[in-house]
Amino acid sequence: MAAARKLPFWADNILLPALNLLAAFVVSGIVIWALGDNPFQALSLLVQGAFGYQEAIGYTLYYATNFIFTGLAVSIAYHAGLFNIGGEGQAMVGGVGLTLGVFAFGPHAPLLGVFAGIVGAALFGAIWAFIPAWLQARRGAHIVITTIMFNFIASALLAYLLVGPLHRPGGQMPESADFPAGTALIHIHDLLGMMGISYDNNPMNISFLIALLCAWGMGFLLWRTRFGYELRVVGKSAGAARFAGVSVSRMTIIAMMISGALAGLMGLNELLGEQHRLLANFTLGYGFVGIAVAFMGRNKPLGIILAAILFGALYQGGTEVAFDIPNFSRDAVVMVQGLVILFAGAMEHLFRDPISLLFWRFAERKAA
Amino acid sequence: MSNPEFAIETRALTKRFGDVVANDSVCLKVRAGTVHGIVGENGAGKSTLLKMLFGFYQPDEGEVVVDRTAHTFADPSAAMKTGIGMVHQHFMLVEPFTVLDNIILGAEGSAKLEDARATARGALAALERQFGFNLPLDTVVEELPVGVKQRVEILKALYRGAEILVLDEPTAVLTPQESEQLFALVRQLRAEGKTVLFVTHKLHEIMAVTDDVTVMRAGKIVAERKTAETSTGELAELMVGAKVAREKTREAHGERVIRLSLKNVSANNDQGVRALKAVSLDVHDGEVLGVAGVAGNGQTELMEVITGLRQVAAGSVEFDNVVIASPDVATNPITLRRMGMAHVAEDRLKTGVVESFSAEDNAMLGYQREPDFSHRGILKLKALAETAKRYFESQDVRPRNPKLAISSFSGGNQQKLVIAREIARDPQLMIIGQPTRGVDIGAVTKIHDQITELRNAGKALLVVSADLDELLAISDRIAVMCEGELVGIVAVEDADEKTLGLMMAGEKRRAS
Repeated sequence: MAAARKLPFWADNILLPALNLLAAFVVSGIVIWALGDNPFQALSLLVQGAFGYQEAIGYTLYYATNFIFTGLAVSIAYHAGLFNIGGEGQAMVGGVGLTLGVFAFGPHAPLLGVFAGIVGAALFGAIWAFIPAWLQARRGAHIVITTIMFNFIASALLAYLLVGPLHRPGGQMPESADFPAGTALIHIHDLLGMMGISYDNNPMNISFLIALLCAWGMGFLLWRTRFGYELRVVGKSAGAARFAGVSVSRMTIIAMMISGALAGLMGLNELLGEQHRLLANFTLGYGFVGIAVAFMGRNKPLGIILAAILFGALYQGGTEVAFDIPNFSRDAVVMVQGLVILFAGAMEHLFRDPISLLFWRFAERKAA
Repeated sequence: MSNPEFAIETRALTKRFGDVVANDSVCLKVRAGTVHGIVGENGAGKSTLLKMLFGFYQPDEGEVVVDRTAHTFADPSAAMKTGIGMVHQHFMLVEPFTVLDNIILGAEGSAKLEDARATARGALAALERQFGFNLPLDTVVEELPVGVKQRVEILKALYRGAEILVLDEPTAVLTPQESEQLFALVRQLRAEGKTVLFVTHKLHEIMAVTDDVTVMRAGKIVAERKTAETSTGELAELMVGAKVAREKTREAHGERVIRLSLKNVSANNDQGVRALKAVSLDVHDGEVLGVAGVAGNGQTELMEVITGLRQVAAGSVEFDNVVIASPDVATNPITLRRMGMAHVAEDRLKTGVVESFSAEDNAMLGYQREPDFSHRGILKLKALAETAKRYFESQDVRPRNPKLAISSFSGGNQQKLVIAREIARDPQLMIIGQPTRGVDIGAVTKIHDQITELRNAGKALLVVSADLDELLAISDRIAVMCEGELVGIVAVEDADEKTLGLMMAGEKRRAS
């Protein structure tokens, strides 16, 4: 029975994620040791590489931006009781929408191009999520299956566009032409420079702030608006939703479209902020890792931001470790990331029962 | 097997879930070689008893005696070893496997499947001859009709050497014709010396097929009868409970305004089966119309068509002379609430509240679009907190903390909050399902008083309840349902448990 009891806020939101993370690092450490390297040195390099100097922090937050968008995307669908595995595909199609928007308006009015790109990214991501949502709401096709399939379709679509209609004239790579001049999102270090603060160059740009705004917006929507209330009712109990006069199928479609729009916005950071062109597979699995980010962040905006920064640090710090320790290849970095996803995402409840047991034993003893 | 008098016997079997006693020292005696019926309402403790007999649950106290030996089954396979075979209400078959493979599953007895199949074929042929089965052993189970699947389950149990067959609500999924075939098979099993435990809440089945019958109510055995010496009327009365002298504190109402009117309403259940058949009834201002019936006879669907949760297939529902439901009309529950209809949902935790939400968040469920709770789509959290606090005080909900999850309140306190929410807007019509189900005794009287107060204030109320005593205590008229039809409506002055019991069993009709 003890396992069924609720843990206090701090244990649920801080202790458990910390334990999961610790477990991931312990296993990683053992593997690194087995590879013949010093795990403590690797860890210190990782932290140093992620937070040790200005450029590192910039990179960490740059990666974190992608994770915030995709984590929020998974999370809002989850609150409506939907498991959106399609963040990856929605981000790809969002990137196409962004590119079309930028090219449609950017050549004449760069600022308008940027706005059109943002709207295009959200709109196309939403449309890509709409189809599986509609299929589930009206035809009963399970959204987990359809969103996975739509990732493959999106990938193929993107590849086709990049070697076909959107291909850079004369280019050798599956990528589009460069975005029109003046459409890039402003870098944070440039912004700081304008305020008289000098900061080393790095790819972090204002889409990080847009991501924070989205996180705040999602929190406001879910817990401060009537729509968010109805969305959460649908997620928790279809029976209660019908009782309350809320259409489950309509909410399924709307929640998925918001989710798709958030995933689509990932392109802001990656394309409009850094690459300035559309390229094949620019999503690099961020859409999938968003699932782990959402769960590790307990599906709360602040938690998602923190989890996203953690994953950003792993990406950035991991790259540094791979650079500094010759034995420690890029694959080892992926392994560490994988272990964190495994422990924090897939097995996030691993320590829940023992901890709640311990906690209640302790509480009972204190009461006795 | 030696030949004891009782094939199976339980000694003071008790099972508790938290504070709820699901089985309270149950002493069941099943004579060997008979068909023994167990009847009782939903929640009477039948399932819990069966689960202990078959090792799914372990009793807190008491023991199961099979073949003169006391057992405490750790799991179903232990029960099976003593010769108990169970046919579950929901079949435990692997749909894409053939009948033969399903039967030998877990009892292959050989590593090589072909050998196991060959051995089984021989044994099954003998069994089939003995009991008069004729099953297509090589057909895939999912292609078979429900009645045949059930026979596969029975043969599976016999193949495992079952001497005692437990059938849990076996006719729930069958057509009347399939039921007849099942009864014939049950008689055949008895003729061949098997013991059958037949669990149902349908009284005519008990009369049709059993030798003895045990009646359960509220976790206890309340009566044991020889089937030949009892009647459906007596059994119905035993099932629903003891009589309580009631005092009438009612004021007569002269005016008879029809507030709600159902005209030949039919509707299907979720499986697409007609569950409500041409029901016509009126509810007047200043009256409580009780709806009685054994659970699952259309009462749920009746409430759902009125409250906008289920599409009407034929007929119409009128509220204040406006058609709110018909084959072409569906009205959103929000609109119905604004028209002055309130709904206390029958299944509180699945429908009436969101279990994981706080009491406060639940205080606006269904009313979230009213201007008190939101303005231009933004929630008024302060107003909500104040409203919840008011509800808590007016109904004395405890503990007095609206921020707690609704699931941490007792059933009675949950129901008090739900009632506070539903009467807050002074509705003219209230549809109330199981007003006191899962509610602690203390709150029951208060809820009954409240229903009477509303009635005296001139409101129209329709109350569905599985508890006859409750309906007799609070209703002005009682409508009885059986198999989706309205059997009749009786004034409470003319009603007693016996008449109602007979009507619930579908035996007696009375014009409204």
